[in-house]
Amino acid sequence: MSELHAQTVSFVRETMIPPAPPPTRQTGALRWLRENLFSGPVNTILTLLGLAIIWFLVSHFWDWFAHSVWNAASLAECRQIIAETWGEGARGACWAVIRERWNQYLFGFYPMELYFRPVMAFGFLMVALAPVLFSESLQIRRIVLIVSAVLTLVLMAMLGSPMVWLAFAAVVMIGAVVIAERHAPWLLIFSVLYPLLGIWLLWGGSLWPQIMVLASIGLGWLAWKLLVRVSPLLAMVAGVLVTLILWLVAVGPAAEDAQRLIPLAITAVDSDQFGGFLLSITIGVAGIALSLPLGIILALARRSDMFLVHTLAVTFIEFIRGVPLITLLFVASLLLNYFLPPGTNFDIILRVIIMVTIFAAAYMAEVIRGGLAALPRGQYEAADALGLDYWKAQRLIILPQALKISIPGIVSTFIGMFKDTTLVVFVGLFDPLKGVSDFVRANFAWKGVYWEPFIFVGAIFFIICFSMSRYSMFLERRLRREHR
Amino acid sequence: MADISAPAATPFRLSMLLYDRRYRSMTIQVFVFILVMAFAWWLVGNTIQNLRVMGKDFDFGFLGQRAGYDIPSPPIPYTSDDTHLRATIVGLLNTVIVSVLGCIAATVLGITVGVARLSNNWLFARLMTIYVEMFRNIPLLLWILIVYAIFTEVLPPPNAYRGEDPAASMILFDNVALTNRYTAIPTLGMTNNPGDLDLGYRILINWAVIAFAVVLIGGWFLRKAVLANAQKVQDATGDRPVTWWKNLAIMTVPSLLLIWYFGLHLVPPELKGFNFAGGLNVQNGFVALWLALTLYTGAFIAEIVRAGILAVSKGQSEAAFALGLKPNWTMNLVILPQALRVIIPPLISQYLNLTKNSSLAIAVGYMDLRGTLGGTTLNQTGRELEAIVLMMLIYLALSLIISGAMNVYNNRVKLKER
Repeated sequence: MSELHAQTVSFVRETMIPPAPPPTRQTGALRWLRENLFSGPVNTILTLLGLAIIWFLVSHFWDWFAHSVWNAASLAECRQIIAETWGEGARGACWAVIRERWNQYLFGFYPMELYFRPVMAFGFLMVALAPVLFSESLQIRRIVLIVSAVLTLVLMAMLGSPMVWLAFAAVVMIGAVVIAERHAPWLLIFSVLYPLLGIWLLWGGSLWPQIMVLASIGLGWLAWKLLVRVSPLLAMVAGVLVTLILWLVAVGPAAEDAQRLIPLAITAVDSDQFGGFLLSITIGVAGIALSLPLGIILALARRSDMFLVHTLAVTFIEFIRGVPLITLLFVASLLLNYFLPPGTNFDIILRVIIMVTIFAAAYMAEVIRGGLAALPRGQYEAADALGLDYWKAQRLIILPQALKISIPGIVSTFIGMFKDTTLVVFVGLFDPLKGVSDFVRANFAWKGVYWEPFIFVGAIFFIICFSMSRYSMFLERRLRREHR
Repeated sequence: MADISAPAATPFRLSMLLYDRRYRSMTIQVFVFILVMAFAWWLVGNTIQNLRVMGKDFDFGFLGQRAGYDIPSPPIPYTSDDTHLRATIVGLLNTVIVSVLGCIAATVLGITVGVARLSNNWLFARLMTIYVEMFRNIPLLLWILIVYAIFTEVLPPPNAYRGEDPAASMILFDNVALTNRYTAIPTLGMTNNPGDLDLGYRILINWAVIAFAVVLIGGWFLRKAVLANAQKVQDATGDRPVTWWKNLAIMTVPSLLLIWYFGLHLVPPELKGFNFAGGLNVQNGFVALWLALTLYTGAFIAEIVRAGILAVSKGQSEAAFALGLKPNWTMNLVILPQALRVIIPPLISQYLNLTKNSSLAIAVGYMDLRGTLGGTTLNQTGRELEAIVLMMLIYLALSLIISGAMNVYNNRVKLKER
C-alpha cells in the first residue's frame, strides 16, 4: 500500500490546517440579524412592522417626554414654561402635578404629620411577610429584612417622624433582624401579631382594644388547656366560645375602662381620610390575607362528600363568580344596612374588605379545587392508609401539594384582586386611579391634566403586580421537588 | 367455605354521633343546616324589620312605571315615556352587545398576539410580550379611562372636518370619522328595502336580516350534507369527490344574490351642518369601553393561546409529518384539536370576565345594565334592594348562559376518554 502511494501521491500533508474562522456572514451580529429578524419574507415583514410600531411610538411621544417639566405650580404654568423653552406649539409632560400632589396619590387625605405611620406599618408588613414569603432561604430573608428596615427608617426620618416613633421602629426592625439570625421561627410570632399592630398604626386610637383582643384569645386558650384532658372536642368548643363571647361582650367596655385608667392612645384617623395607594394596599393586603384561608375552606367544602356542605359551597361560589364585583360593592355600600340589625353602621373600608375578600375567595376556591383535583388519587389513599384523620391528612399530605400546584393561579387571583381595588371609587372611596385623580383635576390649577397621573399610577400598579407574578415564578422554582 | 358472621350489632350510643364515621357526617350536616338557616332567618328578619322602619316594601311594581330618562342610541326603540322594565332591557341589550363584540375582537386579537409571541422574529415577539405584560399588570379601569381620555381630549370636534381645508380628515377611505363626541361609521343601506317584521312591543326586524339568516343557516346544513355525501362516496369507492367549490358556492352564491336583490351598499357618514349624518354615530363611551375591554382581555387570551400551543408536544407534529400529512392537515387534524382542549376552559372564564367587566361602563357613561337598572332607575325609584337583587340575578343568568353554551362546545372538543 505505502509503496504504491510513494509513487502515485506526490504530496502528503503532515500537519493540520489551522482552523479557519467561519465566514463573516455566519457569525456575530450579521448572522443573528439574519436568523432572528430576516429569515424569510414573513419574518422580514414582521420586523418592518415592529420597527414601524416603535417608530410611531417614539416619534409621537419622545418630544412629550423630552419636554418634561418638574417645577410648576399649575398646568398653565407648565404650558408656559414649555412654550418659552421649546417654542410655541411644543408639547410636553407636566410631571409637576406628581411633584405637587404625590402625597395625595400615595396617602389620600391622611394627616400629613402622620405619614410616617403608614410607612412604618408598611415596613413592619415586610418584616411580617419575610418569614412567610421566603421561608426556604435564610439569605433572601436577611436581604429583605435589612433592606426594608433601612428603607423604612430613612423614609420615616424624611417624613418627619418624631424621635420616639423612630426609636420604636428601629428597635422592632433591629430586633427582627437579630431574631431572624438567631432563632428564625420566632419571627412568625410577629407575623401573627402584625394584623393587630398594623390596624393600630393605620387607624390610630387606643391600643387597649388590641390588648383586650389578645387577652381574650389568651383566656380562650386557657379554657382549652383546662378542658383538653376531659375531652378534646369539648375543649375546642369551649375555647372558641369563650373567645367569641369575650370579643362580643367584654372587649369594648374593658378597653374603654382601661383607656380611662392608663391612657395609651395615638391620634385617631378616620376611614374617610384614607385614599390613594394607602387605601389600595390596605384593602389588597387584607383581602389577600383573608381570602386564602376562606378559599381553602370553600374548596374543601366543595369537594366534600357531605351533600349539604357541597351544595352550599357550590351555590356560594357560583353565585359570587357569576356577578360583577361592582354589584357586590354596591351591596356593601347600599344594601348592608338592610341586612344588619337596625342602627348598625360600620366602617365602609371594612365593608369593602369583606366584599373583596368574599369575591376573591370564590375565585381562589376554584383555583385550589383545580390543585386538589390534579393531585393523584394515590396520595389520598396513602393518607388514609396511614390512618390519618381528615384534617391531619389535609394538613400534612394533601394541601401542601395541592397548594404548590396551584401557586400560579393563586398569585394571579391576588394580582386580579389588587387591580380590582381600584373599583372602590364607585362606592365613594378615593382610589389612586380615579378618585384621587378626579380630586386633583377638580382644582383649577390642575384642570385637564390626564396623562401624567395615569402614567404615574399605572407604573406603580405595574411594578407591584409584575413583582408579584415574578415572585410566583420564583416560588414555583423553589418548591419544585422533582427534576432539579 | 369460611363462615363470615356479621359483626355483632353494637347498641347505639349518643357519643357515636360524634365519633362514628357513619353518623358523624350526618351530625355535621344537621349542625351546618341549623347554622345556615339561623343565619338566613337573621338576615331576612333584619331586612323585614329595616324595611318596616324605613316605610318601604319589597315590590317589583316600579318596573311598570314610566322611566322618564333618555338612553342615547338604544338598540331597540325607546323613549323616556317607556317603562323601567324596557329601560332595563335596553341596558341588558347594551351589555350583551358590548360583551359579544368585545369577545369576538378579543379572541381575534388574542390568537394573533399569542401566535406572534411564539414567532421566530425576535423583535416582534418582544413587542408582543411588552403588550401582554403591560395590559395584564395594570388595572382595566386605567385602560378604560385612558382610551376614553384619548377619545374625548385628543380627537377633534366634529366641526374640525368642515370647510375647504379641514383640520381633520376621515380615515379608512373616507368611511370613518373619529370625533371627540362620537365615532361616525357607515351604515348599510338598501335600495330595495323589503320592510320590517313587527315582533310586537315595538321590536322590528328587517326582512332582509331574516333572509340572510335563513340562507346562512340553510347553507351550513347543506354544506354538512355535501361533506357527509363525500364521505359516503369515499367509503364506498375510495375516491373522495372534490367538494371545495361546492362548499364555496353554497356559502357565497345565495348571499351574493341577496345582496344584489336588496341592493345592499355602504352609506358613509357625511357632514351636515355641525354633525355627521347618514352613517351611524356611535357614542364614544361605547367605543372606548369596547376597545379597552378588547385590548385588556386580548392580552389574557394571548397567554392562554400561547400556553395551549406550547402544551402540544413537538412529537405530535413530528409524528403527523412522519405519517405524511400535509402541513395544514397537521395543523387542523393534530395540533389544533389538542391545543383547543387546553385553550377552551380558560377561554370560557375570560369571556365571563369580559362580560362582568363590561359593568365598568359606569366609568365612561355607557348605559349598560348597571347604568339603567342599577343606576338611573335605582336613583329615581329609590328601590335599592329590588334593583340590586334583580341586577345581580340578571348578571348571574347571563354568566350561567355563557358558561353553559361554552361547556357544550367544550364537551365536543374535549378528549373522549373511554
